[in-house]
Amino acid sequence: MSIMVKVEEKLYQNRYIVDESRPHIQIKSAEACQSCERQACTFCCPAACYSKNETGGVTLVTDGCLECGTCRVVCQDKGNIAWDYPRGGYGISYKFG
Amino acid sequence: MVEKFDAIVIGAGPSGNAATYTLAKQGLKVLQLERGEYPGAKNVQGGIMYSHELEKIIPDFRDDCPTERHIIEQRVWLLGDDSYVGTNYRSEAFNSDKPNRYTIIRANIDKWWGEQIRKVGGLQICETTVTELIRDPSGKVIGVRTDREGGEIHADVVIMADGVNALLAKRSGLQVEAAPENVALAVKEILFIDPELIQQRFGIKEDEGVVIEIMGKVTKGMVGTAFLYTNKESLTIGIGCLISDFKNGDCPPYKMLEDLKNHPVIKPLIEGAEMKEYAAHMIPEGGYKAVPQLYGDGWMVVGDAAHFNNAAHREGSNLAMASGRMAAETVIELKAAGKGYSASNLAAYKKKLDDSFIMKDLKKYRELPGIMHGNKQFFGAYPDEITAAAHNWFTVDSIDKKSKEKQIMKSFIKRRSVMGLVGDAIKLVRAVR
Repeated sequence: MSIMVKVEEKLYQNRYIVDESRPHIQIKSAEACQSCERQACTFCCPAACYSKNETGGVTLVTDGCLECGTCRVVCQDKGNIAWDYPRGGYGISYKFG
Repeated sequence: MVEKFDAIVIGAGPSGNAATYTLAKQGLKVLQLERGEYPGAKNVQGGIMYSHELEKIIPDFRDDCPTERHIIEQRVWLLGDDSYVGTNYRSEAFNSDKPNRYTIIRANIDKWWGEQIRKVGGLQICETTVTELIRDPSGKVIGVRTDREGGEIHADVVIMADGVNALLAKRSGLQVEAAPENVALAVKEILFIDPELIQQRFGIKEDEGVVIEIMGKVTKGMVGTAFLYTNKESLTIGIGCLISDFKNGDCPPYKMLEDLKNHPVIKPLIEGAEMKEYAAHMIPEGGYKAVPQLYGDGWMVVGDAAHFNNAAHREGSNLAMASGRMAAETVIELKAAGKGYSASNLAAYKKKLDDSFIMKDLKKYRELPGIMHGNKQFFGAYPDEITAAAHNWFTVDSIDKKSKEKQIMKSFIKRRSVMGLVGDAIKLVRAVR
């Protein structure tokens, strides 16, 4: 039995203070993603911030980011992710943690 | 003028809180910087909090610390596809005046810590991200730069308690990126539910708690574990696996969590509960061999940022609090002796760690991470075989018991071979001896 999961519904419960147009994580080179065979970020990110796009590359939307760091760890061999913390006070704000 | 403190602590998690409180209580001028909106805003824990280490720092914490339930029963379950084999330990002795373990909601505890720190004169500032360490020409750390305007602050010593990402140490060349097989990713949800239902379903009274640690098919053969904890008015359920396994697999973590929630033996326990938050966090799993340099001229690193986690015993926050306290005590002792915070003086921190349960336990289990990582059968084949064996054994079907024993043995041998079974037994002993 396969269960469909909508991660958006999970993220919807969370509190975020979004830093408009200042993403704290960036893909360094779109080409490097296109030549990446597995694109592990697209299935390892717990918030599904990374998705495969029509150019064969990866699109990153950081709005739902949980700031875990997994993408940075999975991409370290390619080093194609520039990962920083959001500015103080911004980003995920766990009510319970 | 740049403001100057005796010590700066970066991060308001268990290790940073322990360090800040300990320093402030001894009258040191200490500044704690936290990037979250409030203390706890960036923290995630299962969570179970152990009393002993907290008691060493705040002996009467039970007076007002907002814990959830004290744990009177520990279950360990091995899940098959539609079954579990498990052990439970429950005792009335856990209903003492001073319980040893509590379930907690991390953010509540961190807000409480913030109040305790203020009470003893520590200064905690939130919404401030530290961007880099400031060093003098000799390389000694003399302060931090933050993302606030004019955000340069100086201190005699800096304690990095910035958590598993340890971005600051990495950026400063004091640590390298963690290997994917040395960190796990865990995801969890908090599910709110009528406390009466929690008490009925788990057979407990008000304030009493049950925790279930889970291994087996739910991690889809990956090295990982899951858990279900009872809070006062909520349940927390989570699952985590090594990032190297997530990377080599193709199952997103939220899918794994959803499958856990829908497992036939889990589902009835959480039925009707309302999900209020979904969280993700990395956990240091590399153990002793993954511990980085812990101190240098003007700096120390504590807690998850120092890779202190005893995965085998699920003690993370415990090691965090203990290491934060030890770093603070090192500072207090050096100050009292009129000594500075050079690397050679701060080596006293490492000595404290080595002499304590932190390094002793990590050392004891130093082979465990490698053995688990290299032997996926403990997370795939064995849960299968053990639950199948239990099913066979407990099914009454007029097959004589000797034949049943043979069937079970044959099945194990078919899966792992005799030498494989012997080898696995040796590996397990090596991993935990």
